[in-house]
Amino acid sequence: MKLPVKMTINGQAYSHEVEPRLLLVHYIRETIGLTGTHVGCDTSQCGACTILMNGQAVKACTLFAVQADGANIMTIEGLAKNGELHPIQQGFWEKHGLQCGFCTPGMIMTAYQMLERYPHPSEDQIRHQLEGNLCRCTGYHNIVKAIQWAAEQMAAKK
Amino acid sequence: MATVTAERLLGKSIKRREDPRFITGKGTYVDDVKLPGATYAAFVRSPHAHARIRSLDASAARSHPGVVAVFTGQDMVGVNSLPCGWDLRRAKNVPGVVQDLAIVPHMPLTSDVARHVGDPVAVVIAETQAAAVDAAEKVKVDWEVLKAVTATEGATAPGAVRIHADAPDNVAFKWEIGDRAATDAAFKSAAVTVKKRIVNQRLVANAMEPRACAARYDDATGDLTLWVTSQNPHVHRLLMCAFVLGIPEHKVRVIAPDVGGGFGSKIFLYNEEVVCSWASRQLKRPVRWTATRREAYLTDAHGRDHVTDAEIALTRDGKITGLRVKTQANLGAYLSTFAPAVPTFLYGTLLNGVYTIGAIHCEVTGVFSNTTAVDAYRGAGRPEACYVLERIVEAGARAIGMDVAELRRKNFIPKFSGAYQTLVAVSYDSGDYAATFDKMMQLLDYKKFRAEQEAARKQGRLLGIGFSAYIEACSIAPSKLVGALGAGAGLYESAKVRVHPTGMVTVFTGSHSHGQGHETTFSQLAADELGIPIEQIEIVHGDTGQIPFGMGTYGSRSGSVGGTALLMSLRKIKEKGKRIAAHLLEASANDIEYVNGQFQVRGAPGKAVPFGTVSLTAYIPHNYPADLEPGLEETSFYDPSNFCFPFGAHACVVEVDRDTGKVTILRYLAVDDVGNVINPMIVDGMVHGGIAQGVGQALWEGAVYDETSGQLLSGSMMDYALPKADMLPMYETDRTVTPTPVNPLGLKGAGETGTIASTPAVVNAVVDALAPFGVDHIEVMPLTAERVWKTIQAAKAR
Repeated sequence: MKLPVKMTINGQAYSHEVEPRLLLVHYIRETIGLTGTHVGCDTSQCGACTILMNGQAVKACTLFAVQADGANIMTIEGLAKNGELHPIQQGFWEKHGLQCGFCTPGMIMTAYQMLERYPHPSEDQIRHQLEGNLCRCTGYHNIVKAIQWAAEQMAAKK
Repeated sequence: MATVTAERLLGKSIKRREDPRFITGKGTYVDDVKLPGATYAAFVRSPHAHARIRSLDASAARSHPGVVAVFTGQDMVGVNSLPCGWDLRRAKNVPGVVQDLAIVPHMPLTSDVARHVGDPVAVVIAETQAAAVDAAEKVKVDWEVLKAVTATEGATAPGAVRIHADAPDNVAFKWEIGDRAATDAAFKSAAVTVKKRIVNQRLVANAMEPRACAARYDDATGDLTLWVTSQNPHVHRLLMCAFVLGIPEHKVRVIAPDVGGGFGSKIFLYNEEVVCSWASRQLKRPVRWTATRREAYLTDAHGRDHVTDAEIALTRDGKITGLRVKTQANLGAYLSTFAPAVPTFLYGTLLNGVYTIGAIHCEVTGVFSNTTAVDAYRGAGRPEACYVLERIVEAGARAIGMDVAELRRKNFIPKFSGAYQTLVAVSYDSGDYAATFDKMMQLLDYKKFRAEQEAARKQGRLLGIGFSAYIEACSIAPSKLVGALGAGAGLYESAKVRVHPTGMVTVFTGSHSHGQGHETTFSQLAADELGIPIEQIEIVHGDTGQIPFGMGTYGSRSGSVGGTALLMSLRKIKEKGKRIAAHLLEASANDIEYVNGQFQVRGAPGKAVPFGTVSLTAYIPHNYPADLEPGLEETSFYDPSNFCFPFGAHACVVEVDRDTGKVTILRYLAVDDVGNVINPMIVDGMVHGGIAQGVGQALWEGAVYDETSGQLLSGSMMDYALPKADMLPMYETDRTVTPTPVNPLGLKGAGETGTIASTPAVVNAVVDALAPFGVDHIEVMPLTAERVWKTIQAAKAR
C-alpha cells in the first residue's frame, strides 16, 4: 500500500506515493536525493538528521514521510541563499566547528532554531540546546564557539 | 600562468578548504553515492553470543518479493578467512620479547559456529533496502546455543568454553617485553612497592558515520569498484584481493570518499565489504550496505579492554626503581586486522613513559571471548600504557606521601634530542618533558589550586586535581622495524605531485582524511614549498584509481609520514624545474635557485622564469634540455627511520558531588608538544576532540556485556553514554615545540595525544577529590555518579 505525500522542501514542491513506513529522512535522502541530511543512529540520539519542519528543528529519522504531508521543510541544502552562506555556516567554517563533517548539517540546523529562540545564548544555553546532537570529533569546544560567532554576527546585522 | 606569493602558510591557522562542501550538505559519504541498478544487502546475524548452526533455511527469504539472492557461507566457495595482518609468530628475534600467536579462521559469513552476537551467517540481497531487511527476518536458523564467555579474565578461567579449536584455553597469544630478572631484583630491594589492579574498559569508537560500502562489478571489463568507509583504501584492496577473494588487485578500485570519522574503526577489513564485493561479482549488479547504528555497535572493532595488575617500586624519596605490569587483553571472538599489535608493540613499548625507571617488565596475555573483535581505537595501546603508568605513579606518590607533581618532576627523563633508549625496545626521538610540565603548572597555578582545594574541603566540597604526563609513539612506522615485530605490511607513505601545463598542481596522497583536514594542511605545505597560491593546489586522496599505493591514516602518521613524502615529491619537482629553467635562462642548473614561485639565477633576480613558464615548457618541450624527459610529475615514498614521540602534560580539575557522586569538570588544561605544527587551529581541534574521547572513557563510556547471555547491553546510543556538549568544559590548550629530528618537517603527530592524556588526568582528579575519604584508587572506569557514590560509601564504611 502506498500513500500520497506532498511537501515543500527548500522552497520546491514535491509529491510522491510512498510506503507508510518510509521514514522522512529516507524520503529526503533517497526519494528526493538531498543527501546532506545524514543518518548516524537508529534511536534518535545523534541528531545528524536534524531538519526544520514548519520552523521546528526535528529529527527526520523519527518521523514518517507521511507525517510530513503538507509540511514546509528546510534542509541544510536550503540554508545558503544565492550562494551566500548563512552566518551559522560561516561560523562553523570560521571557528573550525567541524572535522569529519558528518554531524555538521544536523548541528547547523539545530543551531538555526536555537538562535531563533535565544538570539544571545550563554555558553551553558548553547551546550544545553545541543543536547540532542552528537559530535565525536570536536569535543564541542569549537561548535560552541561557532554558534557564539554566528549569534554575534546575526545580532550585528539586526 | 602562475602568480607569485611570498606569504608563508606553514604554521598559520587558515580556514579549512574542505569545509564549504560540508557546511552546505554537499559532502559525499559512501551512503550518498547513488548507483543505478543498485541492490541492497541485509545481513542475517547471530542473536547468540556462541551458537552452532544446526541448519539454515532461506527458502522463505528467497521467495520474498524483491529478493535477488540469499547467500550463506557455504555459497562462498573459494573465499578465504579475513586475514590478520600482524603475526606475532614471525617476530622471534627481538631482544627481550617473547611471543606466540594462535591464528584462527574468520570467515566473512560463518558456516559452523557464531562466536559473538552480530556474527553474520547469511546475506539477503534485494531490490530495495526494505525488502532486504524484511526477507532477512525470514531466514530461519536452527541454533544450538553454546555456553559463552565475555569477561576478559573469565576467558582463561578453568572450565571456560573453548571458542576456537586452535586456541587452547582461549589464549590468542602470550607476549613479554623488558627485563624480568632486573625487575624482580628492583622489587626485592625496593623501599616501597605499590600494587594496583587497573582496568581499562572496553570502548566503542562511534564514528558518527556508520560503516558502509557499495560494490559495483562491471561484467564487461571485469572491473570491481568498491566505495567503502576506509581510513586506508589500498590496505582494504590488498587484503581483500590477495587474501580473501583471490581476485586481481589491478582490477579493483577502492574509493574512500568523504568519511565521517574513523578513530581506528575504519582501518580494518570487515566481513560486509568482502561479502558485498563478492556478491556484486556473482550478481553482476551493484550491491550496497550501510550499517545501522545497532550493527555498528555489534560489528565495528571495539577498543581497549585490558585487565592489568601493575606494581611500582620506589625509593623513599620518590625515585622510580621498578615497574611490573601483567595484562590480560580481550581480543574478542576473532583476530581483527591489526589486533595483536595493539596490546603488545603499541602498549608494552610505551610503559617507560617520560620517566627514568630502574627496570621494567611487562607480560601480556591476549584472550579470545564471545565478544566483538577488539582492535585499534584512537591511541591504540598507548592510552592503555599511559593509563597504567599515570595511575600507578600517582598511587606510588600517595604511598610515600609525596606530592604527585613533585614525584613526576623528580623522575622526568632529562631534555635530549636524537635518541633516548628506553627499557622497552623503542628509542625516543626528542623530548623536554619537564619544560612542558612546568608550562602546564604555570598556566594552572598549582599552589593557588591546592589552597582553594583546602578551603573547599573545609566547607565539605570535594575538589580534585589530576595530572598526566604522557608520551606516545606515532608517525607509524619504519617498515623494517614493524616487519621484524610481525607486521604483514610496510608503513611508509606515498605522494605524487602532478604539475599541470598551466602551473596548477594536483597532489595525490596515499594518506586519507576522515576529519583530519588534509586538503588544507597538505595544501599549505605544497603552497609554501612551491611558493604558489594555495588556490592553484588540489589534494586528492582516498581513491586507489588515482593515488599511488598508500598506507592511509591512523597512528597520527598523516603529517609526519605522508607530509614528508609530499615534501620529497615537491623537492623533486623543484629540482627538475631548475634544469628546465637553467636551459631557458642559459645558465647552469647549479646556479638556479627557487624563490617565491620563480626560478632565478643566483644573485641575479632579474634573470628569472616563473613556475608557470617552466611547467608549460615541461609539457611543450620545443626549447628543452636534450637529456631530460618532458612532463612535470613526481612520486615519492617515504619510510620513516623511527617513530616520533609527542608528549605533554595535562591537568584536570574536578568537583565531586558528595551526595550523588556526580563528577563535574571545572578546568581542563593541555600543554602538548607535537613538534612543529602546520595548522594550529586544526591541531587544537584534534586535541579538543581527543580530550573529549578520553574524558568519555574516564567518566561515561563503556561497552558492557551480560556475562550470562553474552548480549551487548550498551549496544545503542541510548545505552552507550557518549559525551554531549553539556557534559564537557572549554579546554585550555597550549604547546611547547620540540621538533623531531626524524623527519625534515619536524612534525611528530597530533591526532591521538588528547585521548591518551585525558583519561588518567580525569581519573587522577577524581581520586584526588576523594582523598579525604582515604580513597587512593578506583579500579574500574567509567567513573559514573553511581560508581563514585559507591566508592565514597565503601570508604566511609571502612
